Amino acid sequence: MDVLRDQNWLLSLGTFLPLAGVLIIMFLPKRDEALTKQVAVITAGATLAVGIYTLMQFNYDETSKLQFFTSHDWIKPIRATYSIGLDGISLPMYILSMLITFLCVVYSMDHVPNPGNPKAFFSLILILQVGMAGTFIAQDLILFFVFFEIVLLPMYFLIGVWGGENRQYASLKFFLYTMFGSALMLVAFIALFIVTKGNSAEGGSFAFAWFMEHGPQVGKTAALWIFAGMFVGFAVKVPMFPFHTWLPDAHTQAPTVGSVILAAILLKLGTYGFIRIAIPFLPQAAIKWAPAIGVLAAIGIIYGALGCLAQRDTKRLIAFSSVAHMGFVMLGISSLTPLGVNAAIFGMVAHGLITGMLFFVAGSIKERYHTLEISRLSGILKQMPHLGWIAGFCAMASLGLPGLAGFWGEFPAILSAWSPAQVLRDNGHWSLFKVITVVAALGTVFAAAYLLWLFQRICMGEPNPEFLDAAHRSNHAPAHSLSAAANDDHHDEVRIYDVNGYEWASWAPLLILIVVLGVYPQLLFKIFDAPVTQLFGIFGK
Amino acid sequence: MLGFPLIRYAEEPAAAAHAAGWFLDHAWLIALIPAIGFAIILFFGKKLPFKGAEVGIASMVASLVLSAGAVYQWIDLGHDAHPVIKTWTWWQSGGMQFTLGQHIDGLALMALILVSFISTLVQIYSVEYVRDDRRFTHFFASLTLFSAGMLTMVLAENMVQLILGWEIMGLCSFMLIGHWWEEKANSNAALKAFWTVRVGDMGLLVGTAVLFGMFHTFSIDKINNTVAEGGGFSKSMLMTAAIALFIACIGKSGQFPLHTWLPDAMAGPTPVSSLLHSSTMVVAGVFLVARIYPVFHTGLDINVAGQQFNLIAVIGGITVLIAAVLAFVQNDIKKVLAYSTVSQLGYMMMGLGVGAWTAAVFHIFTHAFFKCCLFLCAGSVSHTGSHHSFDMKADMGGLRKKMPVTFITWMLSTAALCGVPFFSGFFSKDEIIDSAHANHYTVFWVVGLIGAFLTTAYMTRATYLTFFGQARGAAAHFVHGDDHADADHHGAADSHATDDAHGAHDVKHSRPLPFAPHDSGWLITVPLIILAALAVVSGYLNAPAFHIEKFHHWVTPHLINEMVPEAPVFKWVNALPSIALVALGFIVSLAISKAVFGSEPSPLKGLTKRNSLLGAGHRFVANKYYLDDLYEKVIVRSIAHPIAQGAYWINQRVIDATVNSVGIGGRKSAGWVYRNVDQRMVDGVVNGSGIAASEAGESLRASQSGKVNQYGALLFGAAAVGALVLVIVNS
Amino acid sequence: MWVNNFLILGAVLFAIGVYGVIARKNAVLVLMSIELILNSVNINLLAFSQMHNNVDGNTFALYIIAVAAAEVGVGLAMVMLIYRNRKTIALDDLSEMKG
Repeated sequence: MDVLRDQNWLLSLGTFLPLAGVLIIMFLPKRDEALTKQVAVITAGATLAVGIYTLMQFNYDETSKLQFFTSHDWIKPIRATYSIGLDGISLPMYILSMLITFLCVVYSMDHVPNPGNPKAFFSLILILQVGMAGTFIAQDLILFFVFFEIVLLPMYFLIGVWGGENRQYASLKFFLYTMFGSALMLVAFIALFIVTKGNSAEGGSFAFAWFMEHGPQVGKTAALWIFAGMFVGFAVKVPMFPFHTWLPDAHTQAPTVGSVILAAILLKLGTYGFIRIAIPFLPQAAIKWAPAIGVLAAIGIIYGALGCLAQRDTKRLIAFSSVAHMGFVMLGISSLTPLGVNAAIFGMVAHGLITGMLFFVAGSIKERYHTLEISRLSGILKQMPHLGWIAGFCAMASLGLPGLAGFWGEFPAILSAWSPAQVLRDNGHWSLFKVITVVAALGTVFAAAYLLWLFQRICMGEPNPEFLDAAHRSNHAPAHSLSAAANDDHHDEVRIYDVNGYEWASWAPLLILIVVLGVYPQLLFKIFDAPVTQLFGIFGK
Repeated sequence: MLGFPLIRYAEEPAAAAHAAGWFLDHAWLIALIPAIGFAIILFFGKKLPFKGAEVGIASMVASLVLSAGAVYQWIDLGHDAHPVIKTWTWWQSGGMQFTLGQHIDGLALMALILVSFISTLVQIYSVEYVRDDRRFTHFFASLTLFSAGMLTMVLAENMVQLILGWEIMGLCSFMLIGHWWEEKANSNAALKAFWTVRVGDMGLLVGTAVLFGMFHTFSIDKINNTVAEGGGFSKSMLMTAAIALFIACIGKSGQFPLHTWLPDAMAGPTPVSSLLHSSTMVVAGVFLVARIYPVFHTGLDINVAGQQFNLIAVIGGITVLIAAVLAFVQNDIKKVLAYSTVSQLGYMMMGLGVGAWTAAVFHIFTHAFFKCCLFLCAGSVSHTGSHHSFDMKADMGGLRKKMPVTFITWMLSTAALCGVPFFSGFFSKDEIIDSAHANHYTVFWVVGLIGAFLTTAYMTRATYLTFFGQARGAAAHFVHGDDHADADHHGAADSHATDDAHGAHDVKHSRPLPFAPHDSGWLITVPLIILAALAVVSGYLNAPAFHIEKFHHWVTPHLINEMVPEAPVFKWVNALPSIALVALGFIVSLAISKAVFGSEPSPLKGLTKRNSLLGAGHRFVANKYYLDDLYEKVIVRSIAHPIAQGAYWINQRVIDATVNSVGIGGRKSAGWVYRNVDQRMVDGVVNGSGIAASEAGESLRASQSGKVNQYGALLFGAAAVGALVLVIVNS
Repeated sequence: MWVNNFLILGAVLFAIGVYGVIARKNAVLVLMSIELILNSVNINLLAFSQMHNNVDGNTFALYIIAVAAAEVGVGLAMVMLIYRNRKTIALDDLSEMKG
């Protein structure tokens, strides 16, 4: 991949700036919560500003080149380099991570969950941001792995300390499961390094550029096994069936912003890994694996939808819907066509916006009613009309209504599934992909079913008599004491109030983006179409 | 000539630019203005003086004016009219650019002006009808968005844009059917509508994917031309695409077996029923078939010699019959009209299935007017006649004198619907029947004729129940003329309305109602009059009987003309069977209705509650006066009524129950899969590995007793064993 | 043949020492038994060095004596501390390292 070397400090700045904020927060007294929040907001905002500056400086005519590229030797003995760069494929997720972090910080200014301690809470979110941004700009496998793992620890603590009733189990499961996958992934990385190092004079390297050149020449059996290792690592993250069981627990038990970040960005680390690393480095293995990935994606779409229909908890339902949506993303990837991968990347952004919003809404419902049990919720449209309509809007976006962003992640994926890459057709997999296409189309029906059924049960109809007398007592969330009364549903009194200022501030950008990207998708497609076409054109149309 | 159309148009921009006028070039505004109107109503509607209604009506009028201008310019183009296609880049992928734009030809223009016209009238009607509604502004916002969606779909240049419009309509349908979502029945109906259509939409997605895979384009123009040229593509693949796309049409246009949502959709306010679920949205499926007709015509072997049946005609034909039969046993006036709509949509599909493209599209045109009028009449009746009730048996009757305008417009529209000669329906529906015969689709000719008979019959029944006979329930309020001047209007028709009869029906309304039945305000009646007039007159745009073929010239594309057989030459003798059946249907139904629902005592009253065999036996010994009609009634009734009831039973208990049980079964199997497979098996493996690790650790713990002596013992024991091994190995 | 006698003596002392380590409750006695084991090894070494006519075994034995002294110093210090804290040096009661 060609590179553009200018302003090559920009990406490092954008990635590590949150650490500056963490440093400052570390020295603030624990009691001064307001100051902590302000520092956190300013840091997140500054990071986002750097991101927007990056957006403006980005050369949109050269999206297939790596921009803001820089490369230094890092760990000489293992030939790991500090290489970072930004191209059209990385850009959307890089900016999205900064945006989501900023919005989460704004949202949390009002809503730090039990047991409080904003100092630790915001520090962890900022560290998480470093990890997320770094993963998308890394151009070296070891660097990628480091950033990939950095996100695990803050998330573990976010879930384990600020989470729901079953948080210990959920956070541990999340950590161990993902780490297990990453362990296999690391083995695969090292194996790839050794195999490509071979007898080369330079002694090999962990840089992406090296693997792009030498990866395709790896022998067939080795390539298959290495791909398998990477597959497990990324598949656990996506999450693909059957490696998905950590997701519902993690999402349900996590605090609101934890769920939002997890859904919006962390899941995409897996799919990004497929698009950036697994498939371009080992194309022959990718061809062999594509049908299996396609089948698992289709199963995930239906299985996730069925799981949704069986749920009694709102957040858990949204979690299963993530499995279904990521199924569409993987479906697009498995077709090995530019059309499909474009759909996948668009779907990654769209899912981040939409499901992030859904989790925000769920969090706000929890904040007011202290429950997310579907059977106990009803008539939200009546008690909080704005929140209800936003929930309906998000439901429509999530089921893929054209005119909203979700459609462009699903529809081109279905198109690409029917017409997979020429090499796949030549290998006799076309009928399989046709069946997968129909199954995926069935998935859209299921999506409408579970989302609208949820909407009908919790938003339509009359409010639950249990909550009828709690309406409109105050405009803000009640102040939280530091005592860890955990997440007892009946601890605080139920206060029903419609969407407040902080929530509007943190949600408006997402809502606007969902509509804008839905109506004019070219805004996104033109960013990553060229690099994707270049990367995936090798598989034939 | 039919090479690459886009290149052709690019080559002759000068010629086309002169010929195509401003309205044609900017026809995309027709869809954009209501969209902007929707946004305005959504954000500012509540603060406006008319709460958003003015914005809605204004945007629809603007669309109407633009459509009229475009139609005028199109007609001006005459015989050399080519589609006016404009595109902008919308998205790109894999290096290919995909567009958003307009494809304006006769068909699109017909639909554009039809939709904007009917939308305008319905919005005006709604100002009165939903006055004081709890969500007045939202209602108008949804109506406007719906129009924007349908207009987008109609002028869509490519399949993706068509899908956009299609789904926006579905969204608005959901919002409008469930407008009063506080009541569970309404939200259930809204969901049922959305889901049933969504099931059909699977076909839309897959079909578009297949077409894209075949032709690498979404452009409707390119697809039509390439298919029409023939060759270079796989026939079976085209058939797959056609079947898949038709499944979507089955869902959207309420064809068998996905018709069950339409009658339930009547839960929405009447303007919604009249706009979406009769004249505009539900014809979207028919429109889609008409729009990419070459795909269906070639893919499903329509008009191929020797093929008596094809998928579209069969489904259409079945729909015509089953819906018409079901219309007989409805007590709710809107449900009668709903089944009637389903039946008429079946006619349109059947027409397309037998190759009668112009007739079917013309039927879309005329049907919109009279069906919309019928629904608005029903709304008018409920608004000021039966006090918001739609139950014909319980709350209507004898309203023709009290609501003259509504009554006359209803009668005119009914005549059009039944296909009475010289009304619009005669020229459109009978054209379909005629074409079926001319194109050698004899079975469907018969189906069409039977449908004509049934249509007249059930409409007569509904008319009788609503406007004739004795006033019942809410319609019977104020018969005694307590202090109301209306009492004077009750002439001979109500002479039977004695105290007893009134009291017998007054069970539900034990208190007097605030007003007596009267005709509605001008906001309601003026649209009725306009639509009724059109129901009479619109047929003359394409009346083969009088050698007028304007509609055909203006709307039917050259491509279609070359594909389908010529329209049959009109002969009165060919039309005779259907006219006869219409007359027969009217007479038979009127007689039965009078007997069963009239105020005179009749042994037929309540016969469904008693054994029909007993009733027949009873009649045999009855008064001679009844012998002739009795004979007719025994045969006709004992065949028609049980069968109709049976058909409805199958519809509700078998088909709809299957739909419901799929939903319930899906939920239950989802629960089972979740509990057993996911939680026990898959998650069990994960948890199991953790447990295995800790159990292993637990069992090894026994060796750590904490006792130094034991440690020593183990130490020396191990050393001894080691020494032994060493000795043995080294000796 | 005379070296056998020393070896048998060493073995007997070793066995007595092992018995003491395994079976005695008193910590000091266990330490004494360990000393016995170490000294039995010493006797073996001396016997062998005498047999081979070189001083390798003697050197090793001196080494062992030094280490044994150090080790018993530390051991007795620990026993002292345990006694101060727990008022007992019966090994049966001192099994906190269980599990």
